[in-house]
Amino acid sequence: MFDMLKIRINQGSQAIKDVRKAVIPLPFRGFPVISPQECKGDNKACNACLEGCPTNAIHINQETRKLSIDIGKCVFCGDCVRNCKENKIAFSNFHKIAATNPNTLVLEAGMTPEDFYSNAIKARDQIKKIFGRSLKLRQVSAAGCNGCEMELNACSNVNFDMQRFGIEFVASPRHADGIVITGPISQNMSFAVEDTFNAVPQPRIVILVGSCAISGGVFASSPALNREFLEKYPVDLYIPGCPTHPLTFINGVLDFLGQ
Amino acid sequence: MSAIQTRNNRVVSREDIPLLPIDQFCAFLTDQSNHGKRPVMFFGLPFEDRTTDEVIVYSIMAHDESSSLSITSCLMKRGESYPSLTQQFPAFHIFERELFEQFGITPALHPWLKPVRFDYRRLDESSNIINYPFFHMEGEELHEVAVGPVHAGIIEPGHFRFMCHGERVHHLEIQLGYQHRGVESLFEFNGKKGRRQIPIQLAESIAGDSVIAHASACAQAIESLSHCDIPLRAAAIRGIALELERIGIHIGDLGAIANDIAYLTGNAVFGATRTLVINTSLAICGSRFGRGWIRFGGVPFDIDESLRSRIRATLEKVEHDVVLMGETMFSSPNVLTRLEKTGILEHQKAKDIGMVGMAARASGVQLDVRSDHSYGIYKNFPIYKITLESGDVFARAYIRYIEIRKSIAFIYELLDNLPQGNTMKPIEMSLAPNSMTISMVEGWRGETVHALITDKEGNIARYKIKDPSFHNWFGLALAVRENGVSDFPLVNKSFNLSYCGNDL
Ligand code: SF4
Repeated sequence: MFDMLKIRINQGSQAIKDVRKAVIPLPFRGFPVISPQECKGDNKACNACLEGCPTNAIHINQETRKLSIDIGKCVFCGDCVRNCKENKIAFSNFHKIAATNPNTLVLEAGMTPEDFYSNAIKARDQIKKIFGRSLKLRQVSAAGCNGCEMELNACSNVNFDMQRFGIEFVASPRHADGIVITGPISQNMSFAVEDTFNAVPQPRIVILVGSCAISGGVFASSPALNREFLEKYPVDLYIPGCPTHPLTFINGVLDFLGQ
Repeated sequence: MSAIQTRNNRVVSREDIPLLPIDQFCAFLTDQSNHGKRPVMFFGLPFEDRTTDEVIVYSIMAHDESSSLSITSCLMKRGESYPSLTQQFPAFHIFERELFEQFGITPALHPWLKPVRFDYRRLDESSNIINYPFFHMEGEELHEVAVGPVHAGIIEPGHFRFMCHGERVHHLEIQLGYQHRGVESLFEFNGKKGRRQIPIQLAESIAGDSVIAHASACAQAIESLSHCDIPLRAAAIRGIALELERIGIHIGDLGAIANDIAYLTGNAVFGATRTLVINTSLAICGSRFGRGWIRFGGVPFDIDESLRSRIRATLEKVEHDVVLMGETMFSSPNVLTRLEKTGILEHQKAKDIGMVGMAARASGVQLDVRSDHSYGIYKNFPIYKITLESGDVFARAYIRYIEIRKSIAFIYELLDNLPQGNTMKPIEMSLAPNSMTISMVEGWRGETVHALITDKEGNIARYKIKDPSFHNWFGLALAVRENGVSDFPLVNKSFNLSYCGNDL
């Protein structure tokens, strides 16, 4: 009894007070800032960043010789930063990197986190009206590495305490307003993803979490995947990361709900 | 000579590996197993360009007392059959199933010849995840409970089929494969293209809770094959990374176990303490799970003076909180009645089926790669094996509690004696041609092995991965027998096995 009291007093309150304003300290790799200058090299771009990138996330425009990075593919490994001799790429700790349109995830040279954030999420009035005060989600894990799953679990722990916003993961798809998919979706799991989605009553939403779900990530070229589900059904929200940080997830969903 | 002797992280030429006829191959493995050796790897390599039916089957047996590994091989054909080793030595059961699934090589009289993961390159395509051949049990008071692949929480997919008599589990069958995404073949394709480096990010994504274990195994294998000795300081920091991973996951698991027995204070406190640990990893390398921390040639993130004192201060708080909570939890009668004698895996069974790692040590099996097949910084700073005897949920929980404190002490020691020098050594990515290397690491879950074979040009011909879960899932199935079906979540949590590590 006294031990318990001692433990509780020792712990105090662990919750992050303002999840909307919380900052993840560097060296966390969030939004990558790309230099607006063109790549010099000898007579063309040197391609060192491209060649070392495990997911083909980097693109060099051969005319303007400027870089862009698709953060739907990027796994935030940071290798390109070290591979570039001219320091063209630097990861900031800005973590609010969710978007409603996948094209927004392609970051152009010179783009700032503010440029990105100001139009990444288009909150729809209808979504706000229906789900704004309570959103129940069913998570489906489909062939990732369990990293995003651990972070999604962390969203409900004493630190992040996502339930305070009325957002919750539920056990049955019948009780859910949508599904959250993690992982690149294997052939072996594809039917279960679709079955789960179809068990969710309408109206319903689809959220993709992590590079694997958004683009296949490091597994994109594997013949063991089956991503037809994503061609069949519209996706409402893309939340990048590898794995997606709990603050990225919670803020992404809150912005999507217009809160 | 029937085999070539080698050690963890050594390179052998493929020409030196004996190629035995089937009967001699089986006789050799039988003899080895009778003399206290155990299979670490057993897998096939399609012959040359995959155009013939021939498969070279490699076997790697470990003699843990002398830190030696013996490699031998045998030429078999797809569709061929040989007398199963599992009958006598159950530790081979999962390897033989895998070989059967991938190449159609039949271990005759194998008692449990079922699919492992429905590999996309499997020989028999009519066998798929929808028609897994479950065992059935019939009788008036018997019933089956089917769960998965989608479970109630945020968990990886897998299917569990319980055959119960009332509340009691007679038998549990575990069907996996949903997480299969072809990891091994991605390494092999990438290695072949030549242009690209071998993606260590892929190794980091074999099991997201064992990033450091798998990335270290991958890095060590590549470094051995390209004759690169990493700086001692880098080896020390890799040791810190691996132990930090162990501490973080173990604390999280204690929280999860507490949650499953409705001991909510334990869940809250361990949960919050785990956050401190993984945020320490973030403070060093930018990722809560250690992504980006291990690279070929060393570690790109050094630990400077200010970081060193921050890590130390955080770990002191972690230690304090874990001990305060742990002492209370493990002396509470309410907790103990739920943990003790639940989900027992007896010593002999654990040993026979080839259990590894923390779960094996909780059943008194003396295995720990860090001391048996020492590598990296563990050669300079030895680790002593810890075992418990009871093999129940309590043992698997309590051994974590001990290991957390041991690992914290180990990190203190490394921080106080951090070798000077660089943390990265430039590495020329040209792998020794026609060679093989075995890289073993003791992750928090257990023995993590990457075996690499290169071809004549020094490309990767085979990248074989073994996550400890590959052995240990069967241990879970045995441990729940004769327990109440409602105890399954607790027993499952006490093993905390990886689906993606098994499915690859
Ligand atoms: S950080 Fe992203 S863009 Fe850069 S190399 Fe890694 S995956 Fe590619």
